[in-house]
Amino acid sequence: MSLAPETRAFGPPVIKIEGLVTRVGGRVLHDGLDLELRRGEVVGVVGGSGTGKSVLLRTIIGLNRHVGGRIEVLGQDVGRLGERALRQLQTRWGVLFQDGALFSAQTVAQNVQVPMREHTDLTARLMDELAAVKLGMAGLPPDAATKFPSELSGGMRKRAGLARALALDPEILFLDEPTAGLDPISAAQFDALVRDLQKSLNLTVFMVTHDIDTLRATTDRIAVLIDKKIRIGTFDTLVHDPHPWIQQYFSGVRGRAALGHA
Amino acid sequence: MAALQEVDLPAAAAARLETVRRGDTLVLKIAGSWVLGSAEPHDAPLRGLSFAGVKTLEIDCAGLDRLDTTGAWLLMRTRRAAEMAGARGAWLDVPDAFQPLITTIDKDCKGPPVAHPDEHSLQAFLARVGLATAHFFGQAVSLLGFLGMVAIETTATILHPRRLRVAAVVRQMEEVGLNAMPIVGLLSFLLGIVFAFQGADQLRRFGAEIFTVNLLGISILREIGAIMTAIIVAGRSGSSFTAQIGTMKVNEEIDALYTLGMNPVEVLVLPRMLALVLTLPLLTVFANAMGILGGALMCLFDLGITMPAFLRQLQGAVGGWIFWIGIIKAPIFAFLIATVGCYEGLQVERNAASVGMLTTRSVVESIFLVIVADAIFSVLFSMLGI
Repeated sequence: MSLAPETRAFGPPVIKIEGLVTRVGGRVLHDGLDLELRRGEVVGVVGGSGTGKSVLLRTIIGLNRHVGGRIEVLGQDVGRLGERALRQLQTRWGVLFQDGALFSAQTVAQNVQVPMREHTDLTARLMDELAAVKLGMAGLPPDAATKFPSELSGGMRKRAGLARALALDPEILFLDEPTAGLDPISAAQFDALVRDLQKSLNLTVFMVTHDIDTLRATTDRIAVLIDKKIRIGTFDTLVHDPHPWIQQYFSGVRGRAALGHA
Repeated sequence: MAALQEVDLPAAAAARLETVRRGDTLVLKIAGSWVLGSAEPHDAPLRGLSFAGVKTLEIDCAGLDRLDTTGAWLLMRTRRAAEMAGARGAWLDVPDAFQPLITTIDKDCKGPPVAHPDEHSLQAFLARVGLATAHFFGQAVSLLGFLGMVAIETTATILHPRRLRVAAVVRQMEEVGLNAMPIVGLLSFLLGIVFAFQGADQLRRFGAEIFTVNLLGISILREIGAIMTAIIVAGRSGSSFTAQIGTMKVNEEIDALYTLGMNPVEVLVLPRMLALVLTLPLLTVFANAMGILGGALMCLFDLGITMPAFLRQLQGAVGGWIFWIGIIKAPIFAFLIATVGCYEGLQVERNAASVGMLTTRSVVESIFLVIVADAIFSVLFSMLGI
C-alpha cells in the first residue's frame, strides 16, 4: 500500500514553517520549529501526549496565534493576513477534525454543501450533484446523504467530514487523528481512501496521528515532535534514529507488528 | 457574513469549451482550467446538449490545464448522458496527471444527486405530527416509569433510613436553598416594592391607601411569594439538576454507577428531590418576609404608613390560612421541579447537544407545571372555601 518515497517527485513547498514559537496557557509548546511540506506530499505528525501536535495543526490553519516565527501556506504568511485574505486562503484547504465536527442540525448533504453555498454561486442542482460526487469519493453510500450526523457511526462521520473538507476542491488537506476511534478494518479503509484521494486530487496532506499503521500506509515523511522541535524523515530512516522516544515509539510491540505486516 | 461571500475562489484561467459535430460524432474540445470557480458557466450548456443522431461522443482533453472534481464531474455527467442516449463515449488525450481523478469519479460517483427531505409537504407535516404524538405518549410512559422508580426507592429509603445519603442531601440543600437566598430575596423585595407602589397608586383614588397593606399581605403570602420562588428555583436548580445529571449521562457516569452496584435514583435523584422539598418552603418564607419588607418600606416612604401601623394592619388582614396556603404549595412545587429536572437529566442522550436541549425543556416544563399546579390549588381552595 505504501509508495516508496523516492519514486515520487514533489512540487514546490506549500507549507513552510520557520522558527515557530507557540505558547499555550503560559507554556511554550514549540520553540524554533521548522517544517516544510511540498506539493503532493503526505506528512504525518507524531509525538507524545501534550507535545502540541494538534496545536501545531491549529496554528497552521489560523485557529491559534503563534508568538514567534513564520508560517507560510501557499506563499502567504498566515500570521500577517487580514481577515479577508485569510478567508480566501481558507477556501484552499480542507480540515477534518477529530470527530468530523459536522453541523448537527444539518443533514450530511447539507453539511457538504455549506462551504459551496457560502463561497460559490453554483446552482442548487449542480450543488446536489457535486455533493453526491464528494460523498461517493469519500466512500459513503448514497442514502447517507439525507441522514443527520447523529445517525451515523464514527467511521461514517469521519467520511462525511472528509467529504465536507473536500467540498471546495482544496489543495491542502489537514487531518486531525483521522483513524482515532476506528476499528482496524475501518482505519485501514480510511487510510486507503486518503491515499487514493491524495493521488486523484494531487493533495498535500498534513495529518496528526498516533496510528503507526496509518503512518506506514499513507505518509511519505514523518515529522516527530521532540523537544519543542520537529525531527523529520521517512519511516525507514526514523526507525534508525537513536533518540530514545523515537526508538521506543517505533520498536514497541505495535510498531513491530506494523513493520512485520508491511 | 457579507465578508465571507466576497471571497473569490482561485479562478486563474477560464475554462473553454468548443463543440464540433463531424457526421455522427460529437467532439467536445476542452481547454483551460476546468475547476470550481471557472467551470460552472458550462454547466447549463453541457446539460442542454442534444445527442440525437450522435453515435460517438469524444471528449478531447488535449488543451486541459487544470481539472478538479467539479470539472471532472461535468465531463463525466455529459459522457453518461451520451451513453444513456445510446452513444459511445470516449476520452481523448487525457493528460496523465488527471487520469486518476477521472477514474475515481467514474468508479466511486455513481449515485444520483443528493435529495433533500421536503419539509413543507403534507406528508412531512403528518409525519411530524405523528412523531410528536408518539413522542408525547412515549414520554408519558417513561415519566410514569421514572415516578415508579422514585416511589420504590423512596419506600426502600423510608424502610431503611440508613440508605439515605445525608451528606448529599445537605450539600444539595446548601446549593438549592442557601445559595439561592440572595437572588430570591432581592427579587421578592423588588416585587414587594412594585406591588405596594401599584396598589397605593390605585387605592389612593378612593382614599383607601391603608388597604395597600391588605393587598400586599394577601397577594404576597398567598400567591406571589410561593410562585415566584418556585419559578426562580425552577430556572436555577431545575436546570442545574438536568445539566448535572445529563452531563454525567454523556460521560457514561450513570452507567458506571450501575455497574458499581449503585442505583442512580438513590444516589442522584433522591437527595436532590428531598433537598428541594425541604428547602423550597423555607425559601418561600424568606421570600415572603423580603416581599413584605419591600412593601413596608414603600408604604413608609410613599404613603407615610409607619412600621407599627403597617404591622397592625397586616395582622388584621392576614388571618388564619393565608400564610399556610402559600407554604403548603411550596413542597408540591418543589416535587414537580425536582422530578422534571432529574427526569430530563436521565433522558439525555450521549451527545452534548442533547444536554442543552433537555435543560431548556426541563425549565419550560417545570415552570409550566408549577403554574398549572397553582391554578389547581386555587380551584381546590375556593371549593374548600379557604
